[in-house]
Amino acid sequence: MPTAVHRVEVRPRTGELDPRGAAACREAQTLGLARVPSKIDTAAVYLIQGELDTDQLALLAGSLLADPVMETATLGAAPPLADAVIEVHSLPGVMDPDALAVESAIRAMLGLRVQVRTARRFDMHGVDTATARQVAERLLGNPVIHGFHDEPWHPESFPTGTRSRAGSGLVVIEDMDDRALASFSRNAHLFLSVPEMRAIQAEYRRQGRDPTEIELETLAQTWSEHCVHKTLKATIRYRQQPGPPPDWADRPGHEIAPDGAITIHNLLKSTIVAATETLIADGIDWCLSVFVDNAGVIAFDEEHAVCFKVETHNHPSAIEPYGGAATGIGGCIRDIIGTGLAARPIASTDVFCVAHPEKWTPDAVPAGCLHPRRILSQVVAGVRDYGNRMGIPTLNGAVWFDDDYIGNPLVYCGCIGVMPREMIAGEPRRGDRIVALGGRTGRDGIHGATFSSSELTGSHADEFGHAVQIGNAVTEKTLLEAILQARDEPGGCLYSAITDCGAGGFSSAVGEMGCELGAVVQLEKAPLKYSGLSPTEIWISEAQERMVLAVPPESMKRLEEICALHEVELSDLGHFGTDDRSLVLRYGHREIGRLAMEFLHEGLPMSTREASWTPVPVAASTRRADEAPTCRDALLALLAHPNIASKRWIIRQYDHEVQGSSVVKPLVGPGGEGPSDAAVILPVPGSMRGLAIANGLATGLRADPYVMTLAAIDECVRNLVCVGADPTRIALLDNFCWPSCTEPQRLGGLVRAAEACYEGALAYRAPFISGKDSLNNQFTTDDGRTIAIPPTLLISGIGIVQDVSCCVTMDAKTAGNLLVLAGGPTTGAMGGSHYEMLYGHAEHHGELPAVDPAGGARAARAVAGLIDRGLVRSAHDCSDGGLLIAAAEMAMAGGLGIELALDGRACFSEDPARYLLEIDPGDLDAVTAALSDLTHVVVGEFTGDRRLTLSDAQLDVPIDELRSAWLGTLDW
Amino acid sequence: MTTALVLTTSGINCDRELAHAFELAGATAELVHLNRLLAEPGMVDRYSLIGLPGGFSYGDAIGAGRIAATLMREALYPAFVSAIARGVPIIATCNGFQIAAQMGLLPGPAAGEPWPAVPARPTVGLAANDTARFVDRWCAVEIPDGTRCIWTQGIELEDAGGVLPVAHGEGRFTVGPDLAVSRLAADGQIALRYRPGENPNGSLDAVAGICDASGLVLGLMPHPERFTRWTHHPQWTRLEEPRGETLGLAMFRNAVAWAKQQVAAV
Repeated sequence: MPTAVHRVEVRPRTGELDPRGAAACREAQTLGLARVPSKIDTAAVYLIQGELDTDQLALLAGSLLADPVMETATLGAAPPLADAVIEVHSLPGVMDPDALAVESAIRAMLGLRVQVRTARRFDMHGVDTATARQVAERLLGNPVIHGFHDEPWHPESFPTGTRSRAGSGLVVIEDMDDRALASFSRNAHLFLSVPEMRAIQAEYRRQGRDPTEIELETLAQTWSEHCVHKTLKATIRYRQQPGPPPDWADRPGHEIAPDGAITIHNLLKSTIVAATETLIADGIDWCLSVFVDNAGVIAFDEEHAVCFKVETHNHPSAIEPYGGAATGIGGCIRDIIGTGLAARPIASTDVFCVAHPEKWTPDAVPAGCLHPRRILSQVVAGVRDYGNRMGIPTLNGAVWFDDDYIGNPLVYCGCIGVMPREMIAGEPRRGDRIVALGGRTGRDGIHGATFSSSELTGSHADEFGHAVQIGNAVTEKTLLEAILQARDEPGGCLYSAITDCGAGGFSSAVGEMGCELGAVVQLEKAPLKYSGLSPTEIWISEAQERMVLAVPPESMKRLEEICALHEVELSDLGHFGTDDRSLVLRYGHREIGRLAMEFLHEGLPMSTREASWTPVPVAASTRRADEAPTCRDALLALLAHPNIASKRWIIRQYDHEVQGSSVVKPLVGPGGEGPSDAAVILPVPGSMRGLAIANGLATGLRADPYVMTLAAIDECVRNLVCVGADPTRIALLDNFCWPSCTEPQRLGGLVRAAEACYEGALAYRAPFISGKDSLNNQFTTDDGRTIAIPPTLLISGIGIVQDVSCCVTMDAKTAGNLLVLAGGPTTGAMGGSHYEMLYGHAEHHGELPAVDPAGGARAARAVAGLIDRGLVRSAHDCSDGGLLIAAAEMAMAGGLGIELALDGRACFSEDPARYLLEIDPGDLDAVTAALSDLTHVVVGEFTGDRRLTLSDAQLDVPIDELRSAWLGTLDW
Repeated sequence: MTTALVLTTSGINCDRELAHAFELAGATAELVHLNRLLAEPGMVDRYSLIGLPGGFSYGDAIGAGRIAATLMREALYPAFVSAIARGVPIIATCNGFQIAAQMGLLPGPAAGEPWPAVPARPTVGLAANDTARFVDRWCAVEIPDGTRCIWTQGIELEDAGGVLPVAHGEGRFTVGPDLAVSRLAADGQIALRYRPGENPNGSLDAVAGICDASGLVLGLMPHPERFTRWTHHPQWTRLEEPRGETLGLAMFRNAVAWAKQQVAAV
């Protein structure tokens, strides 16, 4: 029998629904095309290459590939069922998890090794082929990873991979001048600066030889902004003008010169890390592992620790949002598995920043960018499919819309894990085997670390398509279970250290693990997805779902057994420990690279960078007093603003109940619509001690990143406190996403944000335990225009809930209860508010609100005390959109009305540190007494009539009208 | 000792909470990997309860539960049928339901008929949700009068919360050309329905779960193991105290109590 490619189509049986076709057809209506399909029929397509006879093929088609209850199978290709047929196939080399699963099922059923590729066929009614192709390219696939065919595609054989040039030759850099070094660095995708290239040149001159390709790649990866955070760790000279320098001279690592310039030695260490160290010295004893591992670790109870990490995956998500987001969450989950001796992931978070979908017609989107609606839909789908498959509840998040994210969206993925406290640290030992577990290595994801450290351009999709990947969640799930079984072996953990293969692949994982000991790696031992990879490609590939373990030789046998049970592939790549602490890379008998760990990890030249800050003056009033919208119009418009509008469409696609740990869900209240301030879970089954998860994002205040940062910290703390977290047990994460920081004012903004992290962490006594930065988030269009993202700082937080039966949700509970505003003052400053985004500001109201962290911390403690005493029926933080919005959300969520007594000016300002609390009238005296140190005022009363009214009669609107506006915007 | 076998394999991800639910209800539970069970199907005889958990077995490649069912169908059907003959209650939630339907365990033979010697061709299916989208939400449910299901017997829904969570992309109950849903209803094999207005996926006749004619084998899309304490309830902060046992836990208690009294030792 010849090895042929067989083709099977599977479609819903006649008369059965085709929900996927109907959904594609619905979505096609939003693409802005002149003609749209009236109906789409879909079919799954399987191409199977192997020696199958007719009976075997019929068996596969009838009992494996089609469900006999509701589907039919066709061998070959059915004739066109509509006016146009389009098929979407993955390009060669792109991960196709379904195909892998089908291959192993066929092996189990028939004992045959075959190759499978999956695709989807769309028969579109009412459009010609050209339109069908547009629908396909804009909605059904992405040219970066998919091929499109105008008719059923049935190749004679599968393409095979191309062979890279073998070996790792020498690269002659000895005589290059600065220009040559710069252009070499860019063309080879190293993205190293000239001083860095010079340092490498000097090192090799000293050794009297030229570097090999694999050595240069190792250096470029290890020294990339993504991996080493050289901007945040640099020495920075900061000047502020006009006026006196800020009062930072007493902060650790800060020196102030007579001319007012402040020198900060290692910005990260002198601000964010310094605050944590100060708090630890001052008695906080629950930070178990901070800033040293893949995630920050805090004590949960006597026996357990929890760890938290948030990552970004921005550039891959710009080019291929589905795969980018999925591998983003997949990578962050691996960080948790790779913390200490492995933690079990128990919750995920996601925050997205994209352009306003409604504002961009398809033609207005710059070349090389995807439409924001597509980006948002696809990143949600990516997080959904990966997170749900992993069985990790996705519990908390946010979406921020700003048009400057058009070319460079932000995708933040977070993950939380739990582990026994004795498992919080590991250390490789001399002689340990270097063991790779999980997925195979392919050409996918090459140069991800260096790519993410550059800025995006219109040609990046072509140039860096290989950096984009599709995840395979099931591989990661089996990997997780095998590792946890190996960790929990009765005789003790089978490995001495573990880390994930993320950016930089084996290069980063082995380079970091072997930093103190050195390592010898046999690259030909890595299992490959297909043949033809060069040793360098194997070394730096960022193929997903791989972990690296340091395994004592005597534990190998048992580890192999566990891996066999879980069908996890194991490969022994070499060993840790060399005489001279070097990293030795071998391929077969050939040595292709030898690097001193000392130069690799300490040879990076650190520069001094200039930062400056000139406050941005408040723009003159942009609106006349008589142009002000009515209160009613503003309320409805704000509720419909995408930042504020219900995210139900997203949240309902995530499994937030899996693991059975939920206590406070992302959506609360009788209709399941109320947006929770934070989620609460039970990390340890059977215990009532909970963990609250929240975030703070105050990008509206970006005119001064110092204020923005304090407001984000405050918002995160309030979100946690509102559900019942203990404000003395809150840990924070910082995730900076900034545009290029070569401009001093940009870097000045980054300095201010980091400095505010220091002040905020100390004031709230909330230590940072981990963080990450992603710089160079900007997009250069084909005509040379640079669109920089707004400086964006996500603050993520976890807080301990001593007893979850005391938790509070934000939905209003009972008519007749009072609404109390407590905490910081309401100043009416409108700068950076959503009201200002929509309507501009009137005279004198454009300044940013002041943030008083000491007052915010006092408010947090007072509110937590009230919740502890059971005096709060519902609580909600007053943030995006202001007081009126927060009050409306509480009423809507509880199915009640509310009668408010407010000064109109106070309705929409976004002053920080404010809480809205629902109080039983009988408890008002107790509440007032407890809040005596803080601003607090009764601002309204919940009613049973489902209307929102403002006492001076400027407003009377049915709750259902508010609800429609709030639910309508993102009801995709 | 009343011990539950909780199956786990590649992509299954609700195994630990399913085991925990059995334990809360008074049984012990063991996670058993499918590869171990395939190597030794006789292991099933050691257990007096069986749970097929939710998840995305083998990535739900091709269709939800398809590959797991393909691997299990011929190899494990006899062991499961003999467990049913011993009176072992079996719960198949979400992905487990999808697997059970495709391996011929549900709806099973009509009342009074014996189990066939080889698995029957599937007659019920769980198709893609009518929205074509994964949905996570809580649904009010009802237990049809006269159901044979032992898991839901005697439960007062009002006291038990009356809701269960669903989370799936392929949960639309449907029947093939050879079976009428009215036959299942008439035979008491509808174990659970979504209440009017609560059908999350377009299921035929609002069917949320079915049982076999013995009432021992329950397959359902909702996750009772995710409603075993009141703080699971989506509106627990609004509920009055005191409350009875949650619907999920009550179902597991029914099965564990049954297993303690009824299951014959091998």
